[in-house]
Amino acid sequence: MKASETQDRIKRFENVEAVKGTNLESEERDKIVLHNGLPFVPASTGGAAVKAIETPASTGGAAVKAIETPASTGGVAVKAIETPASTGEAAVKAIETKDLFKRFEDVDAVKGINLEIEEGELFGLLGPNGAGKTTTISMLCTIVKPTSGSASVYGHDVKKEPDTVRGLIGIVFQDPSLDENLTGRENLDFHGRLYKVPRNEIADRISEVLELVELADKANVIVKKYSGGMKRRLEIARGLLHHPKVLFLDEPTLGLDPQTRRHIWEYIEKLNREKQITMILTTHYMDEADQLCDRIAIIDHGQIVAMDTPENLKHDVGGDVVIMTVSNGSDQLKTKLEHLEFVKSAQLVDGTLRLSVDKGETAIPIFMDVARQEGVAVPSIALHQPTLEDIFIKYTGREIRAQEASGFAAFHGPGRR
Amino acid sequence: MGDIYSIWLREMIRYVRARSRVVTSLITPLLWLIIFGSGFSSSLSFGGPSGTTNYINFLAPGILGMTVLFTSIFSGMSVMFDKEFGFLKEILVAPVSRTSIVIGKALGGTTQAAIQALLILALSTFIGVRISGTLGLAGALVLIIVTLFFTGMGFVGLGISIASRLENIEGFQVVANLLVLPIFFLSGAFFPVTSLPSWMKALVNINPLAYGVDAMRYAVTGLHTYALMTDLAVVVGFFALMTVVGSILFRNVR
Repeated sequence: MKASETQDRIKRFENVEAVKGTNLESEERDKIVLHNGLPFVPASTGGAAVKAIETPASTGGAAVKAIETPASTGGVAVKAIETPASTGEAAVKAIETKDLFKRFEDVDAVKGINLEIEEGELFGLLGPNGAGKTTTISMLCTIVKPTSGSASVYGHDVKKEPDTVRGLIGIVFQDPSLDENLTGRENLDFHGRLYKVPRNEIADRISEVLELVELADKANVIVKKYSGGMKRRLEIARGLLHHPKVLFLDEPTLGLDPQTRRHIWEYIEKLNREKQITMILTTHYMDEADQLCDRIAIIDHGQIVAMDTPENLKHDVGGDVVIMTVSNGSDQLKTKLEHLEFVKSAQLVDGTLRLSVDKGETAIPIFMDVARQEGVAVPSIALHQPTLEDIFIKYTGREIRAQEASGFAAFHGPGRR
Repeated sequence: MGDIYSIWLREMIRYVRARSRVVTSLITPLLWLIIFGSGFSSSLSFGGPSGTTNYINFLAPGILGMTVLFTSIFSGMSVMFDKEFGFLKEILVAPVSRTSIVIGKALGGTTQAAIQALLILALSTFIGVRISGTLGLAGALVLIIVTLFFTGMGFVGLGISIASRLENIEGFQVVANLLVLPIFFLSGAFFPVTSLPSWMKALVNINPLAYGVDAMRYAVTGLHTYALMTDLAVVVGFFALMTVVGSILFRNVR
């Protein structure tokens, strides 16, 4: 068959239902020949018959699913081809919110949040207690209704299709929510029933998630007897049981000892890597957000003040951070120092003067000299690479630590590296 | 349907697991039956316009009523514990309708109440209680079970309604004393209502438990204060009302 004839046949083929919506790349087009009316990729690529799979009319020709090559021919799969001329957009976002707003009686907890989270992202919401993180998550989980604005999970609006959304998401709450009078396995079974996991699959899935969080040997023990870390792991297992597309974790390591925290971080990372589950994490722990998240949104007083990858955010602060404790004359010292040309920024926070410079080690002696000249006493001075804490301070002018009310939080202060 | 079963199943697992509590909850009613029943039996015969019988037979249905009341209401109020211990969140966030949750819990509580009551009835035959009404043994059991079911569901519904409005566990005690005990004492469980002062009679007449007890008393002894149809109507009506009210109130729980 001549090449041009093939092209014509293919063009005409494109008008037929079966291949509607496909956009074949030119080199593939050249390779494809028609055989018995079906597009066929010749020997050089393994000689597989390519089946073009039609695209559902309802999506208006959105993404074509992978093109199949029947295993029996041992053929090479043709590149999955994309598509969607009509929508002109990429795949649906896992989470999307527009101007999400929530008022409780006299408090505006969430004041206009805009988020776009892609499938498979490990996304962090970082902020002090009371910033609006839990409220935001509650709205996404359909527990709380937004006062205004919209939120959707995979295109399903939380207000209009709450049950659909619930089937797509898993939640690991901040406060324990297990039935302590049942065993681990029974808790999981109950969850499986509520989420309509098919009965013939449930036993396997329970084993699968128990393996994942290493609780298989404690499955038949009453939850009352579990340690705090075990309970949290069981809750993570439970959140995954129904294979949600999005998993919400609200302060997953709050109140846990450092070793358990590390283990939980490992599980979270493993899950995200292996199962491609989109994960949304709220935390007030800097180290957690830094370590785990692909992207972070910093929330303060119900609004997002910064959103980017941890690296970019830290880069944003730029250079080293020098922190000087000052008692008197802090304003005066600040004014003097910020005029130095190598000082990028200076902020007074809680009795300390924070300066952003390129090379901290050469800046320090100069700062001390200036301080001496001004007659300002500097009892201590420190230097470090930028951390998320510095980002937080940059955007909100406060330390996140000052906002923590809980005793546990004070114990696990933000990590400095 | 499956959701209702799932919720029911959890209630039953918890019930079966609390073995010691089950046993103790059988002992109290039996003790009352034995002590009051034997104590009064010899000296008086009880009854009403439709006849008399010895006290222990008179009392037994009252004790069944007591069992149903307490088991059901506290089972309904267990929603309170779920709230307090956070498990309620797990249920509320699942793709399950609130109505299913209410019905599932109600059925669970009622099953427990019915099991308790029937066990007590069986055990009470060892201390002399006999079914001597006009329905025969099978008929009596059917009537008793039907009454237990609707009365139980009604009181579980009441328990859920109350628990949906309470903020914390302390309210529990208050409700137990101010509501449950009066319902119990004014239900004709212990003594025939005909000889009461009129204000008390009025309260009894609006007490759904009184009608439940009356129906069961008719099954056991053939004696009754109200017509059987009235008893059944009230009990079924109470069930319907409480299921609706319970579902509505529960829908607003966060």
